[in-house]
Amino acid sequence: MKILLTLIARDLRQAWQSAGLWLPVAFLLLVASLYPFAVGPDAALLRRSGGGMLWIAALLASLLPVDRLVAPDRDAGVLDQIALRGIGEEMVVLARLIAHWLGFGPALMIATLPAAALLKLEGATIGLLELGLLIGTPALAALGLLVATLTAGLRSSGALSGLLALPLAVPLLIFGAGTLGDASGAALKFLGAASLLLVAITPFAGGAAIRAGRE
Amino acid sequence: MSRVGLHLSGVACVRGGRLLFRGVDLAMEPGGSALLKGPNGIGKSSLMRVCAGLLRASAGTVERHGGVALSDERLALDMEQPLIAALGFWARLDGSAPDALDGAMAAMALEPLRQVPVRMLSTGQRKRAALARVIAGGAPIWLLDEPGNGLDDAALELLGAAVADHLGRGGIVVTASHQPLPLVTPVVLTMADFVADDGH
Repeated sequence: MKILLTLIARDLRQAWQSAGLWLPVAFLLLVASLYPFAVGPDAALLRRSGGGMLWIAALLASLLPVDRLVAPDRDAGVLDQIALRGIGEEMVVLARLIAHWLGFGPALMIATLPAAALLKLEGATIGLLELGLLIGTPALAALGLLVATLTAGLRSSGALSGLLALPLAVPLLIFGAGTLGDASGAALKFLGAASLLLVAITPFAGGAAIRAGRE
Repeated sequence: MSRVGLHLSGVACVRGGRLLFRGVDLAMEPGGSALLKGPNGIGKSSLMRVCAGLLRASAGTVERHGGVALSDERLALDMEQPLIAALGFWARLDGSAPDALDGAMAAMALEPLRQVPVRMLSTGQRKRAALARVIAGGAPIWLLDEPGNGLDDAALELLGAAVADHLGRGGIVVTASHQPLPLVTPVVLTMADFVADDGH
């Protein structure tokens, strides 16, 4: 447990120093402020489409820090040094997942508030959006991290990350954006299921990817 | 220290479809040191990684008893952090005693650099920092890949003293180097003996 906390603290500090924390927030706000210019100032249209647009923005924002999540530590030998100490790769990925979510999930949820105001969303929609992001951002963090472990060590991993992540992110997008217009709560449950699955497999799949990358 | 040892028998290593070496035998007991010699690219670093357990041997067995500390060409210290904090992270993971890190920094003459960010350090200072991490970690098996790179004469002496001290306390040191190092009576492994270009 002490090891996990040590790893999380370092990962958070590294994310802070590499500006990985405010980049997704800036991206989300940028997209939200550009969107009305593109589709016009029609409040009804913005209100209807804005929530789904914010989900797309959140998804793409989560991919921004992917190239800094694993590759620099792999290249600097940090992952090898951790492995030498008998600490499993699963633990490394789990710590990184927690740190990555702490760094970007809550910030994204806060940034959604001014973004929602720009898009003239209603209070109920904003509530659903925030609830959906609370459930969905751990999955977005897990997905980004999983892709980062798979592409670490490859050239032009940035472009490849997007191609790898987007198909896996489609369920999150469908159910996440689906929660906004769904009174039954089914979409929220599906979103929770997809999120749980991604969060649960990431430490194992990511750990295996790091090990395989050593060969 | 409980039972400490490093035993390789018939170890072979394939990288990128190419057989680097085969038939490497090495038996290290407490207080033993080994020196891997050979030109660049012959597989010294790969053999180090096999010893460390980071790379699987394609044939043969590797038995390790006791923790391993590796110092290779990759620094693995956070560049923006002051040296003491960057080394402190590893000391926390190692669970080493609070004064172990101070002792290790003293052994490598790093005290004046405690608060200097890692990115400001010179090549030799970085190498000394990596060696200080090895010393502070308290692992019985040291794997030092080119530990003399960038070190000046004074630092080489510090390295020699640290190695002698470690061996004196029953540790094991495996070194890969193409330059002479002030190490005492090591087992010498000439890597060229294990290269598979003789038709077998």
